[in-house]
Amino acid sequence: MSDIAEPTPMGIAQATAGHRDIHQTPEAIARRQRRYRSEARFKYYGIAGIAAAISMLIVLLVSIASESFSAFTQTFVTIDVNIDQATVDPNESGDPAVIGRASFQTLANNTLYALFPDVSDRRDRRALRALLSPGVEFELRRRVMDDPSLVGQTISITVEMSDDFDQLHKGLIDRTLPEAQRRINDLQLSWYDQLVSEGLIETQFNWRFFSGANSRYPELAGIWAALVGSLLTMAVTLGLAFPIGVAAAVYLEEFAPKNWFTDMIEVNINNLAAVPSIVFGLLGLAVFIQFFGMPNSSPLVGGMVIALMTLPTIIIASRAALKAVPPSIREAALGVGASKIQVVSHHVLPLAMPGILTGTIIGMAQALGETAPLLMVGMVIFITSIPSGFTDPSTVLPVQIFSWAGNPERGFVALTSAAIMVLLTFLIVMNALAIYLRKKFERRW
Amino acid sequence: MSAQTVDAEPMAAVGQAKMTARDVDVYYGEKRALHSVDCDVIENEVLSLIGPSGCGKSTFLRCLNRMNDTIDICRVEGNITLDSQDIYDKELDVVQLRARVGMVFQKPNPFPKSIYDNIAYGPRIHGVSSHKDDLDGIVQRSLEGAGLWQEVKDRLAEPGTGLSGGQQQRLCIARAIAVSPEVILMDEPCSALDPIATAHIEELIDELRQNFTIVIVTHNMQQAARVSQKTAFFHLGELVEHNLTGELFTNPKDERTQGYITGRYG
Repeated sequence: MSDIAEPTPMGIAQATAGHRDIHQTPEAIARRQRRYRSEARFKYYGIAGIAAAISMLIVLLVSIASESFSAFTQTFVTIDVNIDQATVDPNESGDPAVIGRASFQTLANNTLYALFPDVSDRRDRRALRALLSPGVEFELRRRVMDDPSLVGQTISITVEMSDDFDQLHKGLIDRTLPEAQRRINDLQLSWYDQLVSEGLIETQFNWRFFSGANSRYPELAGIWAALVGSLLTMAVTLGLAFPIGVAAAVYLEEFAPKNWFTDMIEVNINNLAAVPSIVFGLLGLAVFIQFFGMPNSSPLVGGMVIALMTLPTIIIASRAALKAVPPSIREAALGVGASKIQVVSHHVLPLAMPGILTGTIIGMAQALGETAPLLMVGMVIFITSIPSGFTDPSTVLPVQIFSWAGNPERGFVALTSAAIMVLLTFLIVMNALAIYLRKKFERRW
Repeated sequence: MSAQTVDAEPMAAVGQAKMTARDVDVYYGEKRALHSVDCDVIENEVLSLIGPSGCGKSTFLRCLNRMNDTIDICRVEGNITLDSQDIYDKELDVVQLRARVGMVFQKPNPFPKSIYDNIAYGPRIHGVSSHKDDLDGIVQRSLEGAGLWQEVKDRLAEPGTGLSGGQQQRLCIARAIAVSPEVILMDEPCSALDPIATAHIEELIDELRQNFTIVIVTHNMQQAARVSQKTAFFHLGELVEHNLTGELFTNPKDERTQGYITGRYG
């Protein structure tokens, strides 16, 4: 640094003497090159940072995608089941109530015993029954209830294998391990091999994952109920947070007098944005559910809680967007005699809309991934039906991921990753839609 | 404008006063921006407000259509009338006042809408015309009045912000006259424009004088001399001198005016 001062007198002397300029001295050139080098270095730091971020993102996505891969297929076995009259409807009543109560599990079990007649030991028979998913019972009942004339006949059905055999078929269980360390014993392996050799086992796309609700059995579990729950919750959140947030922002920015009270509101809104989300969950539990008696576990309450959480984000972003509208536009409108509300609704709000939408997108993206406050209002419940309204008990995607991640069955590992994929896809679709809307609004010159 | 002897009450006899300001004080918070200004705006005349930066001329201009209302800390005292009616009266409708006293700003500020909508906005919000044909007529007449019709008649649906700076400013003038105001306030309307566009606007101001009363703030003394009949010189929040334009420039009464117009400060 000290050499900056030194060349100057000499440089001036040289310049006045008509010789070399002070910017041409070797020291000056060296200084310049040092400057260029430091600029280049800074650029490389930035590139390195971005490269690190991208590589981490890729690692994350690849690990989740490869983990989830096996959840998108399901192993099925085709069996011929005799719908035994004596088991289903011993009195030949044809009454659906009687048929509905029948033990279809027995039918499935009998089919298995018939397939492997050598198995007679109680323990072995239990092991044999473990081949099929418990879903076989529901599938048989559904088929017979749909068409009662099947009673007494033998039908061929394709049903899910149980989780362990599904994993085995996907190659996720190591057959070379000692029997004691495997979830499938040698006898079960031999049955499985026999079914494979008879061509009865096949892999299909796992439609149930996209259309079903939660289940204790990974082979029967689906994400659709949680997705619908998320959609309903988001709808409530958007429907509340967007209009209230924008209205609050417009009032605070355009109409509110500037005094200590509005200053305090502003400070508190900024603070609210930083309040841990679980606190909002507690508030929802205490106020919405316990005080107002709203249905717990429902998208209505979940959406309201998340709306409270999203409001500060939307208000802050909307105020910033409103502030960014040039004052010249307000003056222009006032100058031709527009009233305050006309200035806002005709000019300021449309011009601020892209910014407001950006804030809303950020808020909604946060809301979509929010888990903690929803645990507090009971949206973590185990629910096997698809919610059909805002007051039905339901769960949401992140909570579903959370609860699946805690399940011990192997199949849930893949399901968890697959659910994360669905959540990320949902997020991307939502953001893409919002960005499209924003661009559409921006096209107003 | 016939030459008359100009003295203490110089302009009383000339035309009818459209707007009058008496003892006007303006405060921005604690700071006093205008000191008891008395000034008349004569009908169908152009009044220039000149003076160095920060002298209060724009502040005074913005008092005339209560544009200062939008500034929270701004306080106006004294009496300003339009056609003998106090414009700071509590009963007075500001929206109506601004429809009667239009404004053109320093920087062209067309709405980010089409040329047509820029002009039609004022008439629409005031409900002046319900028919599309009426509105088309107003748009055409306003653009003609601002000397812009020939240039934009084939592209009325295009954005107003796509025009050149000078055209944008004339668009803003057309927007102002579309509301049929009685007075038009112009706050340095040419300061962002090139000399040719400026000449255009100056010609336009001279024509507009037939139908409107105009108050213009300008930094350009040649411009004041060219376009206005009366000129008022402001200095440090005071109205120092108010006179016929020719008189003020050739024979200033106050030495501060003399100093400013001869370029000693400002």
